[in-house]
Amino acid sequence: MMAQFSQFRLKGLVFLALVVFALPLFISNPFHYSLATQIALIAGAVVGLNLLVGFAGQISLGHAGFFGIGAYFSGIMTSNYGWSAIPALIVGAVGVAIIAWVVGRPILRLKGHYLSMATLAVGFIIAIILNNEREITGGPDGMPVPSFDVFGWELSVFGQYSLFGMEISGDLAWYLFAGVVLLVAVWLAQNLIDSPIGRALRSVHGSEVAASVVGVNTAKYKSLVFVISAVYASVMGALYGHFQGFITPSVASFDFSILLITMVVLGGMGSTIGVIIGAVVLELLPQLLADFQEMEMVLFGLILMLTMIFMPKGLLPTAANFLAKRRSKAAGGDA
Amino acid sequence: MFKKITRRASKVAAIAAAGLLAMNVQAADPIRIGSFLSVTGPASFLGDPELKTLEMYVEKINKEGGVLGRQLELIHYDDAGNASKARNFASRLIRSDRVDIIVGGSTTGATMAAVPMVEQAGVPFISLAGAVVITNPVKKWVFKTPQTDRMAAERVLMDMRERGLTKVGLISGTGGFGSSGREQTLAAAKAMDGIEIVADETYGGSDTDMTAQLTNIRGTDGVQTVLNFGFGQGPAIVTRNYAQLGIELPFYQSHGVASDGFLELAGNSAEGLRLPASPLLVPESLPESDPQKPVVEAYKTEYEARWNSKVSTFGAYAYDGLMLAVEAIEKAGSTDKAAVRDALENIKGHVGVTGTFNMTPDDHNGLQANSFRILEVRDGGWKLID
Amino acid sequence: MFSEFLQYLFTGITIGATYALIALGFTLIYNASHVINFAQGEFLMIGGMATVSLTAMGVPMLLAIVLAVVLAGVLGVALQRLAIAPAKNADVVTLIIITIGASIFIRGLAQLVWGKEYHVMPNFSGDEPIQIFGAVLNSQSLWVLGVGSVLVAVLVYFFTRTLTGKAILATSMNKDAARLVGIRTQVVLMLAFMVSALLGSVAGIVVAPITFTSYDIGIILGLKGFVAAAIGGLGSGMGAVVGGLALGVVEAMAAGYLSSDYKDAVAFSMILLVLFFMPRGLFGAKVVERV
Repeated sequence: MMAQFSQFRLKGLVFLALVVFALPLFISNPFHYSLATQIALIAGAVVGLNLLVGFAGQISLGHAGFFGIGAYFSGIMTSNYGWSAIPALIVGAVGVAIIAWVVGRPILRLKGHYLSMATLAVGFIIAIILNNEREITGGPDGMPVPSFDVFGWELSVFGQYSLFGMEISGDLAWYLFAGVVLLVAVWLAQNLIDSPIGRALRSVHGSEVAASVVGVNTAKYKSLVFVISAVYASVMGALYGHFQGFITPSVASFDFSILLITMVVLGGMGSTIGVIIGAVVLELLPQLLADFQEMEMVLFGLILMLTMIFMPKGLLPTAANFLAKRRSKAAGGDA
Repeated sequence: MFKKITRRASKVAAIAAAGLLAMNVQAADPIRIGSFLSVTGPASFLGDPELKTLEMYVEKINKEGGVLGRQLELIHYDDAGNASKARNFASRLIRSDRVDIIVGGSTTGATMAAVPMVEQAGVPFISLAGAVVITNPVKKWVFKTPQTDRMAAERVLMDMRERGLTKVGLISGTGGFGSSGREQTLAAAKAMDGIEIVADETYGGSDTDMTAQLTNIRGTDGVQTVLNFGFGQGPAIVTRNYAQLGIELPFYQSHGVASDGFLELAGNSAEGLRLPASPLLVPESLPESDPQKPVVEAYKTEYEARWNSKVSTFGAYAYDGLMLAVEAIEKAGSTDKAAVRDALENIKGHVGVTGTFNMTPDDHNGLQANSFRILEVRDGGWKLID
Repeated sequence: MFSEFLQYLFTGITIGATYALIALGFTLIYNASHVINFAQGEFLMIGGMATVSLTAMGVPMLLAIVLAVVLAGVLGVALQRLAIAPAKNADVVTLIIITIGASIFIRGLAQLVWGKEYHVMPNFSGDEPIQIFGAVLNSQSLWVLGVGSVLVAVLVYFFTRTLTGKAILATSMNKDAARLVGIRTQVVLMLAFMVSALLGSVAGIVVAPITFTSYDIGIILGLKGFVAAAIGGLGSGMGAVVGGLALGVVEAMAAGYLSSDYKDAVAFSMILLVLFFMPRGLFGAKVVERV
């Protein structure tokens, strides 16, 4: 059973790698690269959130707060204090880890909707602070973020780079970078899930009482996964800031938190590849619906509702189920 | 709205034509004007009239033969007040839709998010947002039509000082416009002699009651007048609370509420308040000799006839933006981006609805604080004071 | 000094009453079906916007109100039948996302039909504010408090004295047992949503003269109502009312005495404190978990 799981996970990772590296063959418009990069970075954050929601079964309605802290910490340090991007990113992630640990311990004692409420409150408080402290954060109008630089070498969407002797644009370079980051994020997440920690998490999700009865330190594991998912969000947030070149407090907003959770649920809770699909769908949908102008909101809401009603397990699990049923029917007779 | 298919088709055709064979097929090639606006969301009363204005005037100009013999094509997206979306759409306009010029950016956040893209790609961009940071420091490709919030603050403070009011209570919204306006008001007061801000309160964008903040201001020692910097329904609530609390001090609003919609919301409580605004709301009060009079009156009549709703100052920003773009293209004689940009930078004496524009390489806004007139609300209507 | 305190208190109670009514709507639906209805705020919006547009078309105020409330009720039933019921035994989170989708859908429709502007509704009994010990009270606030109290009283009566109300409570406690004793749970669920929608729309109408109304007024008010319901303890009607009033008062006091910039942050911190000491909210029932 475990072997089957790992096999499936490896297939997923390989499939994702194929998609990431094959995509440039199909798109050439720099705007599309830009979109794909954005999707990859947000998907990375969603993979982290999935660990919390999908595997540990804890709902967080304030996750964008950690994303925002990561983005702003990196932005402020590289912009105003001349830090280099990587140290800023790491220190930011450490900071977020500490905050998540401190905040998480008391919050994770709550159950169900009360937990959502508490995470919502934390997210809001973060967003409000980012919005109000104008001198540091630039306030609601936002602040510019310098390009991502690695010890003097700058990765910018406007640059020109050469890879294996080929000339590639900054857009493509960023896309590849984000793709690699996403693959690493997925790989780490899958390793976590298959580890003893992951099993402990799943036991907590299955039944917290049962888990604690068999000796699992539920509080410690819940805090751990909360911190890990927060760090994911923080790192992705930092990269997002460098990529966009500009951030506003909306990266920490309630709306964004809801979007992240929706991606997890839509794609398939507990399925790492599934939530990436969720991210792709929810980021592309507004672009596709953009031409519908007035009808965009109505259509978006309708699509969301219908998808969740008819595919309550999410896109990927439902599709996987469907394919499995087809296969078993083709094999002749019932499974 | 469902011109998606036709637009896609014309886009494909345009891209194919505009490719390397641009020179030869230019005569039939439309001039693509890109726009990203906050048509929905918290800034919708900026983006909605702006879009309506752009649509109707592109239509009108096309009917009258277009520009340089070419038709105008408006490609627009809704960023819903979200800066990240705005950046994406700006990117889409520049790289996917290959527009010749962008007239858009309803909010400062949206504008600033798009600036790096615009600067790098070298596309002229006329912003419709208010903050002074857009044109100061000057950016090569970025222009703007509204007066800066700094100018608004200065205009109000000057009027206050003239009336002998020197201790000011400030209440502002925490959104982009209010927050930036607050900062500029505090800076302007410091820079000006003989006027100071003695109280400083804020309210959130979706707050429904500001009596607590106003009570605090009223209780401040020596306060003589109150300024509210914000837009949307917040200032209307502030105005109503102000009247309810029975505060007798002279009350000022910012140009963020220069619209009849505000009067509708605030009702009687708006009586007697003053604000800086373009003469769009009081065209009848302008003397015949005022060069702005015919432009303002024409815009007002045409907009109200076409859309059956009251004209708004924000729509005028888009009108001025479009007209400046058209003038620049005509002066440049082509849609070559660098040529249009140079033409734009040297426009002088362009009489618009918001004011008379005189652009220079150092001033990409082209307006002064005195383009603001001071209006007062009397008998439920606007009256020109200065 | 005292008049200032009183002023903040009045402000807080007025907005708190609004939150309380919204929180009651959440509680009702939660009680019947354990669903957190993120579209609750939209019922508020429908109430206000429908009334405004009907009166603009010439319909007399009272009739407009009735029609608006009925419209909201129909919408509530539709929500339950078309969006919640088909989802059957979906995860709690999935149901939440469905209601979020519904809220976006309803808002999109409202924007199409009624446009994006803000609209004003006249005070029910005139614009003259009432003076009490140096503080002013908007006459509409009294309406909010009055109507709110009546609604709460009606709900209490409904749930404790009428058979239908008891049926709803029974369904929430144990769905299967309720079915066994003959309660038609499907009807009960529809009723719960309908009553909650009626509640929300009345709240929206009575509050519209104070807050103005527009197609997106439901979002933030709905959110605050959810917060109030959680503070008070989900499932407890008393908790909803207390939670709502407490939230409103804390907000107003924070704005008045601390910092208007951070008043929302103060309110949210208060929530964290409450939940820290009382993990099930102020009046939340102690739930025995079946293992």
